[in-house]
Amino acid sequence: MSDISDPTLDGSSSTSGPGSAPPDPNAARDEMLKIYPDKTRRKRAKQLLVNDDPEKPAEIGANSRTIPGIITQRGCTYAGCRGVVIGPMHDVLHITHGPIGCSFYSWQTRRNLARPAPGQINYLQYSMTTDMTEEEIIFGGEKKLAAAIREAYRIFKPKAIAVYATCPVGLIGDDIHTVCRQAKAELGINIFGFSCEGYKGVSQSAGHHIANNGVFKHMVGLNDTPDAGEFRINILGEYNIGGDAWEIDTLLRKCGIHVTATLSGDISYEQVTRCHTADLNVVQCHRSINYMADMMETKFGIPWIKVNFIGASSTAKSLRKIARYFESKKLADRVEEVIAQEMAALRPVQEEARKRCQGKTAALFVGGSRAHHYQDLFRDIGMTTIAAGYEFAHRDDYEGRKVLPTIKVDADSRNIEEIEVEPDPTRFRPRKTAEQNAALEAGGFSYRDYEGMMREMKKGSLVIDDISHHEIEKLIELYKPDVIGSGIKEKFVIEKMGVPCKQLHSYDYGGPYAAFTGAANFYREIDRMVNTKVWKLVTPPWKREPQVPPRLVYQPKANREELAEATKTWKAPSKAGADE
Amino acid sequence: MLNGTTAEIAERKALRINAAKTCQPIGAMYASLGIHGCMPHSHGSQGCCSYHRSHLTRHFKEPVIATTSSFTEGASVFGGLANLTQALRNIFTIYNPDIVAVHTTCLSEVIGDDIPTIVKRAREEGAIPEGKLVIHTNTPSFVGSHVTGFSNMVASIIKYLAEKTGEARNQVNVIPGFVEPADMREIKRICALLGVPAVVLPDTSAVLDGPLDGEYQMYPKGGTTIPAIKSMGDSLATFALGHFASHGPAVSLEVKHQVPAGLLELPIGVAATDAFVQALRAYSPSGVAEELETERGRLVDMMSDMQQYFHEKRVAVAGDPDHVIALVQFLLELGAKPVYAITGSRGNHFETRLHEILDPVVPDAIIKQSADFFELHQWIKNGPVDLLVANTYGKHIARVENIPFVRVGFPILDRVGHRFYPTVGYAGAIRLIDLMVNALFDKKDRECPEEWFELVM
Repeated sequence: MSDISDPTLDGSSSTSGPGSAPPDPNAARDEMLKIYPDKTRRKRAKQLLVNDDPEKPAEIGANSRTIPGIITQRGCTYAGCRGVVIGPMHDVLHITHGPIGCSFYSWQTRRNLARPAPGQINYLQYSMTTDMTEEEIIFGGEKKLAAAIREAYRIFKPKAIAVYATCPVGLIGDDIHTVCRQAKAELGINIFGFSCEGYKGVSQSAGHHIANNGVFKHMVGLNDTPDAGEFRINILGEYNIGGDAWEIDTLLRKCGIHVTATLSGDISYEQVTRCHTADLNVVQCHRSINYMADMMETKFGIPWIKVNFIGASSTAKSLRKIARYFESKKLADRVEEVIAQEMAALRPVQEEARKRCQGKTAALFVGGSRAHHYQDLFRDIGMTTIAAGYEFAHRDDYEGRKVLPTIKVDADSRNIEEIEVEPDPTRFRPRKTAEQNAALEAGGFSYRDYEGMMREMKKGSLVIDDISHHEIEKLIELYKPDVIGSGIKEKFVIEKMGVPCKQLHSYDYGGPYAAFTGAANFYREIDRMVNTKVWKLVTPPWKREPQVPPRLVYQPKANREELAEATKTWKAPSKAGADE
Repeated sequence: MLNGTTAEIAERKALRINAAKTCQPIGAMYASLGIHGCMPHSHGSQGCCSYHRSHLTRHFKEPVIATTSSFTEGASVFGGLANLTQALRNIFTIYNPDIVAVHTTCLSEVIGDDIPTIVKRAREEGAIPEGKLVIHTNTPSFVGSHVTGFSNMVASIIKYLAEKTGEARNQVNVIPGFVEPADMREIKRICALLGVPAVVLPDTSAVLDGPLDGEYQMYPKGGTTIPAIKSMGDSLATFALGHFASHGPAVSLEVKHQVPAGLLELPIGVAATDAFVQALRAYSPSGVAEELETERGRLVDMMSDMQQYFHEKRVAVAGDPDHVIALVQFLLELGAKPVYAITGSRGNHFETRLHEILDPVVPDAIIKQSADFFELHQWIKNGPVDLLVANTYGKHIARVENIPFVRVGFPILDRVGHRFYPTVGYAGAIRLIDLMVNALFDKKDRECPEEWFELVM
């Protein structure tokens, strides 16, 4: 438990500052694992590592099954597919085929904001489902799904309809893809399905993959009209939580870089269909969308690079990398100008926050990229991430893509379709010649590069995949971090222990935090959180001072007599006077 | 906003748009949290547990714990025996609850997992320590709604745990329904004001409205204790508040242990609270406390003061069936005109009861079970209302149609107060008037012509 009953604390619950040595990470790890039954301990031990050699990250057990009975952060395949990757497409009508709950819980609960064109229906405000009942479970739900698609078309006349399968759909054997194909032929609009039953895979991650496959097969490449404008890129894996994509868009526009499509934050159907006309894919969230980047490269010849627009230095680095790819002096100069301008505005905010945040510690347990990316923002204001881990990432997100050839494909991953992609006979167009690429790479530029989280974390920090409730409790007890970045399910558990928790899925309904302007928001937010005075109020005075305060005794004092006198001297005006 | 919704109503048989209900397991999880020392367990894919915990957390802004069997494709094919057994072993070793309350999901229901058999085997294998309890309920998501799930879990708690020793205890049972922790606290206070010892099951007060004191308690102070639940079979009577959430469990206790079931409605408003108080009076050694009578008087006073603002106001009410039935009656007491009353849940009692209430006074009211927010919105486009009472999911309609909006029921994701201030009892009615009349006033103040902008209202 956090030592917040100590009245001497200055509003921070941290005792990890100078004077108290951080715990030995190996001892902390043992302490976290100690309570588990043998089988559970063996499994968790692979997922809970001390980052002994950041240069050569140790092999972590990631993307493996969640242990039943462990309080986990993880969700399901449906959530990853419908909720994360495709859900944000605002002018696609989404129908969840299943009982009522799945569509209900995925109804505007992720903050993927959207501004559709005027007059366009924003389907994110709607939650549509076949609301399966016992009858469909017994006799099959295909007819109801077909009817639901027809009804949706009749009422809304959408451009495209996406259908999502939930757990029982797979079990009863409804063929949603045939239903979609028939409806597509009948209604003449694009209709496609996703077999994203919740039980597939081991986490949301399987859903990302299924979504990537479906979007690639059914949407990408349908419209060959390129955007006008120079330096056309797509941003992959940016979902516009709290307006992040808008911040990035604004920044890139300032630099003269044109964004054809952001997959899939604030994106329209039409933008998806012609995103293959861009000349570079930049990948923000590697975990959720690297499949798409690879498939687009194979089929259309668009190369991809990893970027990170979270944190000032990372944002600057990413802009320079894009400029380098385009090999344009004009662009490179403009990028430098913009970075200088943005940093001039950001620096005072950063310095102000740093005054109060320097030396404090954070722990991040979230997502498939955020636990890595957000470390940069904390670093910007002098804070250290002492422990971090993803909810649903794979080994490459921890150890870097170099380990990809060595990752064993287990039964759970084998169930997720790997689609075979060939170069498009007419539309495959390498964006650079082999010579150009060789020259770029010789200069230190790299494609398809993701080094993973562990290399950027300090030696001796903890890396914890799919952290459990018990491990969070222990972590707080042993490390007392000043802030934890996590999700809604953990937030109030952590705060009951006296540690502020920043939701990094929904941003606690704040944000944006991306790009330079977003970074300023985040610095202010963390400054508020780690320095809030609310924790000082937690312990009532009678808990701090067990002895009963002395009773009042009569003590004549001059000012008291004056006060008593004052009450006597006032006289009601006489009636005669009042009448005048 | 919602610009795909038009006044033209097309018949829908297959497509649900903007539901006014959710699925059974979340109700079962909420009910389980009302047992002291209980770990709710979701037997299915881990996404269900994650969604339910997230949504309950968003509503209560409190820790909501629960575990899951984390089904993968293999478990879905071969059944969840291994997963549940391993889960129980882990739960008792790591989290050490007194009791685990298992509920199923659509996944485990379609597979047909037999929970009692799995639990029996888990116990034989030593996965469940001596003295620890495991109970279960079946909550297929494709039947009923979250209210059904709540009711099923309460019924199962009673079936598993309530005992009859043959020696009557001077106490009554109260099943409060799918209501807030504050409501459960208020129900206990009313019982205390009549001097009636009561076992309230479930009781999420002091579980989901806990203090911030620097100590995290996985099993907070609140919740109905297991000895109290066991004693329910010896109680003098059970009062079940709400047909859909509570009557079933009360009747099952009557059948099992012959504890007479008093079937009441949710005590929202004057008459419904009077009915609850009247029912308790028969077991009260001291009669109705002056404090409670005065509170009632203050409520009636407020109704008298404010009735001019409610008179003939057209109101739309959407939500859980027991809430809607009670709220409609309270709105009538206030002189308002409930013109639309919908619930997403199924059950003919909803329509029968509301027709009984509304036909004599608002004959053209539209009443519908298994309805959704989309059709309610379409009706509103055809016949506008002055006030909308619903959960958070009514907010888009309220904004786009510019309707004063009061959030009542589950879930409320965008306002605070619901878990601290009851809506049941006389005090709850005062709070509801406060919310509703101020919503009407706020609109007038915002929009009226300047010459009609008044200081005193």
